[in-house]
Amino acid sequence: MSLTKSDKALIATLWSKIATQADSIGTEALERLFASYPQTKTYFPHFDLHSGSAQLRGHGSKVVSAIGDAVKNIDNIEKALSKLSELHAYILRVDPVNFKLLSHSFLVTIAAHFPADFTAEAHAAWDKFLSIVSSVLTEKYR
Amino acid sequence: MVHFTAEEKSSITSTWGKVNVEETGGEALGRLLVVYPWTQRFFDSFGNLSSASAILGNPKVKAHGKKVLTSLGDAVKNLDNLKGTFSKLSELHCDKLHVDPENFRLLGNVLIVVLAIHFGKEFTPEIQAAWQKLVAGVATALAHKYH
Repeated sequence: MSLTKSDKALIATLWSKIATQADSIGTEALERLFASYPQTKTYFPHFDLHSGSAQLRGHGSKVVSAIGDAVKNIDNIEKALSKLSELHAYILRVDPVNFKLLSHSFLVTIAAHFPADFTAEAHAAWDKFLSIVSSVLTEKYR
Repeated sequence: MVHFTAEEKSSITSTWGKVNVEETGGEALGRLLVVYPWTQRFFDSFGNLSSASAILGNPKVKAHGKKVLTSLGDAVKNLDNLKGTFSKLSELHCDKLHVDPENFRLLGNVLIVVLAIHFGKEFTPEIQAAWQKLVAGVATALAHKYH
């Protein structure tokens, strides 16, 4: 599954809106992840996961920033996320199933924030994009 | 068996009360066919599915979406007995329709995205979580009679 020209345009357009609220969107995506899929909290025993926690906010910001890097380097996501890919493979070792869960949580967040922009086509493009990002991050797992 | 707390039941029923079943059903099914085009395999008889706008405007998609979502309304009224409620439909989806249960999970998640679009901030993480439990429960109930 690869991104068409039209997918890339939709991704970039919506990204420019996401970027204006990057931190809160990242934080909310994580909140949604932890609320809907409590088992994902097992990767954060060292975090205060209460709403409004500085750690949650910091981490949400990190996640969205990385997504932004992927958007800005959409023709070579592997290169842009190479270090993150190694981090996830050798250090974090988050089970691959969780990338789908976070991707879904992220889509729900942007759907809630940008209902008019999140058309069916934009939904499809972002779902594909996040699926590609997830593949890149799990690429070196074995 | 999935168990809903009183708070979860209340989240689900209060959201459901504000849902336009016809529109939301069509939207959810349409988006499923757009976002996961391989799901179109079940709908050869539906006519024009050649583009997102064709799909979303397709009257058969809308009608079928309404049917599916109306059935979800039964789930909302029978949260304590999803397996019983969907027993016949489960047999139908296995024996006659031959639908891989993975598709129920995909549709459930697309529905949640559609609810997020409609309700925005009101669709809080907690309310979403209750709905995730519901759609997962319905998917499991629909798969229960498979053999």
